Amino acid sequence: MPLRGGRLRVGATTAQIVSTGNNSLWLVALISTLIGMILALQSAYQLSQFGVTGLVANLVAVSMTRELAPLITAILVAGRVGSAITAELGTMKISQEIDALTVMGIDPVTLVVVPRTLGLIVAVPALTIFSSLLGILGGCVVGVSVLGLGATGYLSDSLGALVQQDIWGGVLKGLVFGLIIGVVSCQQGLDTEGGADEVGRSTTRAVVRSIVLIIAADLFVTAILYLRGLT
Amino acid sequence: MSRPAPVIEVSGLKKSYGDNVVLSGIDLEIQAGETMIILGGSGRGKSTLMRCLNGQERPEEGVVRVAGTDIFKAHPRKLARLRESMGVAFQRGALFTSMTVGENIDLPLEELTELPESTRHLIVRIKLALVGLEGAADKYPSELSGGMQKRVAFARAMALDPAILFADEPSAGLDPVTSAGLDQLLIRLREVFGVTLIVVTHELESAFTIGERIALIDRGRILAVGTPEEVRASDHPVVRHFLDRQPEVSLEHGERYRRWMTGQ
Repeated sequence: MPLRGGRLRVGATTAQIVSTGNNSLWLVALISTLIGMILALQSAYQLSQFGVTGLVANLVAVSMTRELAPLITAILVAGRVGSAITAELGTMKISQEIDALTVMGIDPVTLVVVPRTLGLIVAVPALTIFSSLLGILGGCVVGVSVLGLGATGYLSDSLGALVQQDIWGGVLKGLVFGLIIGVVSCQQGLDTEGGADEVGRSTTRAVVRSIVLIIAADLFVTAILYLRGLT
Repeated sequence: MSRPAPVIEVSGLKKSYGDNVVLSGIDLEIQAGETMIILGGSGRGKSTLMRCLNGQERPEEGVVRVAGTDIFKAHPRKLARLRESMGVAFQRGALFTSMTVGENIDLPLEELTELPESTRHLIVRIKLALVGLEGAADKYPSELSGGMQKRVAFARAMALDPAILFADEPSAGLDPVTSAGLDQLLIRLREVFGVTLIVVTHELESAFTIGERIALIDRGRILAVGTPEEVRASDHPVVRHFLDRQPEVSLEHGERYRRWMTGQ
């Protein structure tokens, strides 16, 4: 049968999307709001010196969407979901569950790696958009309560400041970061050898490597978008 | 009496981890339908030998032929098909802890066959009944005792009706009554399905209960191979040591101990 060995595993992929969302939604919401507020305060400090406090909305919206939302989301997901994946696969490896798959003739990559990675590739961009929105709302809270700006004016300025490329750029980063978290976490899990302490070590390594690669990839993607004139 | 071609043929198998030589030239033939026991003390290379036989481990030298195919030179797709004809029951079961017992047995059926779900469920129930665990399908492995987990592992290994069944230390960590029950189960699997059974164990009693032929392995070499009677009659000193359950106090060992103690 053509489907043999190449099933799309919609169920397992959906499960990964749902569990990624469940595990990180509130965390991403909280951290994004706080970052949005901090960003508004910090930029207000600078912008007030030029008498353009009103530009806070634009600055927060653009920096959240293009840069901070993808980065924060990816780092939180790496710590929260990537680590769980590595721990799970690492435990499966040391208790010979992965070996059991291999000797059955089932490829562990198609059964456990592909759905998890696909799930992250979908979930991270979605969380990124959510994070941008919450960051903008956090900035709005500061704008209204501290800087004396109008709420509707702030929000319409925020939306007006964004061009399509900002949003696509953020989503593209989310895709790349999701891929990085999936591949690194699964690979570290499957490479675990030994006992329980090794699972812990693999998990730490997966998170650290994911974050380093995410930031390096961030520079790379930003540079490409910039050089291609999609600024 | 002319014997048919062996189902597993091993020649010149060598394997080492770093400086530690685990297998130093193994030759072995296993006939279709027989029960071969690979017997030996802990860390003497018997598990490694089994892992080489079912292709989990790649030896440095030597050939393993399963049903005439060299498994280390076979095309991946051919190897995958060959693996479907080999079931492995792992030492600690290696059941998927996130799945129920039924799902564990169903997994190879779901992944590797095109059978409809109703048929697969029937097969799962048959396999569970075979190992004496009717009605356990909806339990999780963590809810089962060690002996029951091993039984499930056998049921899963038998899911695709393999021609060859590997069992790694089936009685390790079990009480004598439970392990005797597992021995009976293995004998029944062989009688009912005619599988070629390859059992790795250090338990003399179960080796002599279920074995039709026994290969005694020590320090990476096969010291004796033959029927239980032949092995029992062997006068090889190491074989005698093992069978008579004498602790191993070789001269070389004593010398090393003295040097370690005195630091010389």
